[in-house]
Amino acid sequence: MADMPFDLDDAVRDDRSLRRFLHGLPGVDQVGLEQRSAGLATRSVKKSAKRWAIDTAISMVDLTTLEGADTPGKVRALCAKARRPDPEHPDAPPVAAVCVYSDLAEVATEDLAGTGVRVASVATAFPSGRAPQAVKIADVEHAVAAGADEIDMVIDRGAFLAGRYGQVHDEIRAVKRACGEAHLKVILETGELATYDDVRRASWLALLAGGDFIKTSTGKVSPAATLPVTHLMLQAVRDWHQVTGDLRGVKPAGGIRSTKDAMKYLVTVREVAGPDWLTADLFRFGASSLLNDLLMQRRTQLQGHYSGPEHVAVD
Amino acid sequence: MSDVPGRLAVAKTYKLYIGGKFPRSESGRVFPVRGADGAFLANAAHASRKDVRDAVSAARKAFGGWSGATAHNRGQVLFRIAEVLEGRREQFAAEVSAAEGISHDRSLSAVDTAVDRTVWYAGWTDKLATVLGTTNPVAGPYFSFSVPEPTGVVGVLAPQDSSLLGLVSVLAPVIAAGNTCVLITSAERPLPAITFAEVLATSDVPGGVVNVLTGRAGELGPWLASHADVDALDPTGADQELRGELARSAADTVKRVLSARREPDWTADPGLRRLREFTEIKTVWHPVGT
Amino acid sequence: MTGPWEYEPAPESREVADLKPNYRMFVGGEFVDGGGEPIRTINPATEAVLAEVSSADTGDVDRAVAAARNAFDGTWSKMPGKERAKYLFRIARLIQERGRELAVLETLDNGKPISEARDVDVPTAAAHFFHHAGWADKLDHAGFGANPRPLGVAGQIIPWNFPLLMLAWKIAPALACGNAVVLKPAETTPLTALVFADICAQAGLPAGVVNIVPGAGDIGAALVAHSDVDKVAFTGSTEVGKEIQRTVAGTGKRLTLELGGKAANIVFDDAPLDQAVEGIVNGIFFNQGQVCCAGSRLLVQESVADELLGKLRERVSALRVGDPMDKNTDVGAINSAEQLSRIRELAEVGESEGAQRWSSPCELPERGFFFAPTVFSEVQQSMRIAREEIFGPVLSVLTFRTPEEAVTKANNTPYGLSAGVWSEKGSRILWASQRLRAGVVWANTFNRFDPAAPFGGYRESGFGREGGRAGLEAYLDV
Repeated sequence: MADMPFDLDDAVRDDRSLRRFLHGLPGVDQVGLEQRSAGLATRSVKKSAKRWAIDTAISMVDLTTLEGADTPGKVRALCAKARRPDPEHPDAPPVAAVCVYSDLAEVATEDLAGTGVRVASVATAFPSGRAPQAVKIADVEHAVAAGADEIDMVIDRGAFLAGRYGQVHDEIRAVKRACGEAHLKVILETGELATYDDVRRASWLALLAGGDFIKTSTGKVSPAATLPVTHLMLQAVRDWHQVTGDLRGVKPAGGIRSTKDAMKYLVTVREVAGPDWLTADLFRFGASSLLNDLLMQRRTQLQGHYSGPEHVAVD
Repeated sequence: MSDVPGRLAVAKTYKLYIGGKFPRSESGRVFPVRGADGAFLANAAHASRKDVRDAVSAARKAFGGWSGATAHNRGQVLFRIAEVLEGRREQFAAEVSAAEGISHDRSLSAVDTAVDRTVWYAGWTDKLATVLGTTNPVAGPYFSFSVPEPTGVVGVLAPQDSSLLGLVSVLAPVIAAGNTCVLITSAERPLPAITFAEVLATSDVPGGVVNVLTGRAGELGPWLASHADVDALDPTGADQELRGELARSAADTVKRVLSARREPDWTADPGLRRLREFTEIKTVWHPVGT
Repeated sequence: MTGPWEYEPAPESREVADLKPNYRMFVGGEFVDGGGEPIRTINPATEAVLAEVSSADTGDVDRAVAAARNAFDGTWSKMPGKERAKYLFRIARLIQERGRELAVLETLDNGKPISEARDVDVPTAAAHFFHHAGWADKLDHAGFGANPRPLGVAGQIIPWNFPLLMLAWKIAPALACGNAVVLKPAETTPLTALVFADICAQAGLPAGVVNIVPGAGDIGAALVAHSDVDKVAFTGSTEVGKEIQRTVAGTGKRLTLELGGKAANIVFDDAPLDQAVEGIVNGIFFNQGQVCCAGSRLLVQESVADELLGKLRERVSALRVGDPMDKNTDVGAINSAEQLSRIRELAEVGESEGAQRWSSPCELPERGFFFAPTVFSEVQQSMRIAREEIFGPVLSVLTFRTPEEAVTKANNTPYGLSAGVWSEKGSRILWASQRLRAGVVWANTFNRFDPAAPFGGYRESGFGREGGRAGLEAYLDV
């Protein structure tokens, strides 16, 4: 992107400029991307590199509960886990954030005050995004007022797939304004975009509109995060950085359950975007069960023998 | 009997056929051609190495157009050759009889077979890719296919004995496959080849696709074999010793050299061998994805 | 941890290779000592001697050809295709079973990254035997008429860049078609061929059907010139190929040659750029660029040249160069000191001709034959680095303005083995694929190989095909 044909302000001038810009991005060859991604997934990470990676992965987890059955109790249990993931091994780092629905953001905020663990709230009629914009903005404002440090919004995939890029852009902008100081993660719901070309376009659209992070999925649609999709989004933030000097983050969410998976993601981060992105400021895992596997593997590394699921807390 | 002679026939001056034109040899030399009975028939142009050079250059120039023409179009041109040949059946029979010393009936039969062979090869132009090409069921998300493509400029030493049927049998597969060629005729029996060039010139064959040089295989063959812009060689008209020499020389630019017997039975079914020998299989891969 | 996250060394176990101090040649079903000077084969990554290999003299070549002739006349040519097929299936399975051993041995002897030996060389070699096993009893349907006959004894000479895979490309079709073979592996990489000999023994292949005679060029020459050899198949340099063609000229022996190349990898301005970068990297750095079909000339459309080169340098900088046995190594060792000095020489020529040299800032091991991945920009068509096969990790970058110019430049070489085209426009890809004078065209991909897909060159890249139906022609009397 070093030689962008016109500057980014022009790109967002109107609907037609936006369309021309997004459709002028280089295409993505599915087979080539998936092959490269699979190649990186064969990297072997050993010993101290693995230990470092496990702790880094823990520190990148957005520990998530997004169920209709969520309660303040459930959220408080999650917060406890987030602060001290492994009480028997207090050197295990806290996770990056706890991610909840907006009506429970306040519970998390109270519980996590002063801990350094951030509160992320999904908003904008998560997960479908099908609501009037005023409702979406009200959702965001509620979460921000409840103390959320981060807002995970969903884009209007219907508008995106229909080619109404300007509408999607303006909505992200409006949400960003409503966020105030809170960081904005823009969920593309890549499982619904279907093609890599659209994932690339949606990534750039979200970056142009001011998203601090681009996030793969709600976790409610299959497929959720995949390595090649994350790879592609990491290319987008890398290229964005080259053009603007500005660092934006990536968050794969949904379906990442094992330490082995997390290693593959971290290798991808390192080799696609670069080592600068190996920080919770620029890379997150949206996950619920991943943390426990990371903790089990961490114990295995420390103790020299395999651990079992009953030795770490279920929350 | 009258003392007054009958009408004197106008004798033809036999020339070379290069780039669609009938020039004299650059050398200015000719050689006498005699019939099987020893009688003088005509002077033929004695092609030189510079004529070889010009002919190769004409063939190269014509290659893009001819190899890029549709197979249907090439087939039509070859079929047209057969039509024109058929129309000059008696003339060729007479020339073949004079050259080879065979009966008129046998000559006619050779001409007929030459016409039929041309038709047979004409029909192959748009089937070759079907028969020699494939899609390749590779183990991955790719569409892979292989197609035959013409090798390029082919040097052909036409058979020494069979002046028309042999000639057609070595020439037709080369051009049917989309190649262009420089052909050295039989040294002793070159005249039907030049008359055949007239057929080519009036059959929509683009100039330069076929270039016909009358001369000696032993003199011109080495220049063809060593020419860096010739891609393949059919040494049928060369004797055993010359063939080895040409093949060695051809190795300098890795030319394809047909391994063929000197005078096969030209009336037999030729099969696909000569078509295969002067084609290259090209394999193309492309990913399949959204 | 301080500094950027580095993976720890992840070495494959050398023990798996079951390396022996001595290897012997394989003639008439027996491992025997050859009369030649023993070869000390070394590990190019460490320069340490791996093993001593007995080599053939011309008398051994005579004995090997005689053993092949006996096997051909006595059993193999008479055996029904469906029986031959089962031997090939067995060989394929045994290659899979011993895959890890073969991969490690290949890496030790050749210097290629273990990940490539493991994921490409060995599985593709096994796949070749599987594919051709199925042909052995279906030759009547291969399009060469009924009951096509084998040629007899095939003398086969293979290079050091893909020792086992090139062996498979040669032996699998030869055996499927009913020929017996005498194969000479490359002087610097004889080990996997001799383990393959053991696989033939384990498969119960009749004695003499496969004979392996290690040796140098003189043994190859003796094999080519042998009067009782019916067919010669060679993969290697164009220079040696020409010499072989001269030797075979006029003898009536059948010949197929798979020689050098200087492939153009054409990137149009509408290419999927990130994948094109991967394809360029794969095209020239796969196997340290020691690939006959390597995409050694990058032709990039001027309007995207700067952007592409920026991405390319960044990507090349990320390549992990070093110990071939490390599972994370992307670029391993050059196969020999001789090859390394040739690569260095041509790279110096490139600089003196005025091209801009850029090399990956990677650290190279102190011992062993290593060369940093290198990209020359501002290369002109007339420069030696744009015309000569370097056979190493050195890319020459040229630019073009129009599709016509791209294809003209791509074809402006005596070679014609492979080419790459990158564009999102279907009609342009098909147009370029037709116009490129090369035996293999990879569009929006590069360096794909499959036993079902014919492979081979135009012009001075050789003649004959390997793989697929077309590849059978090389081993049948048709």
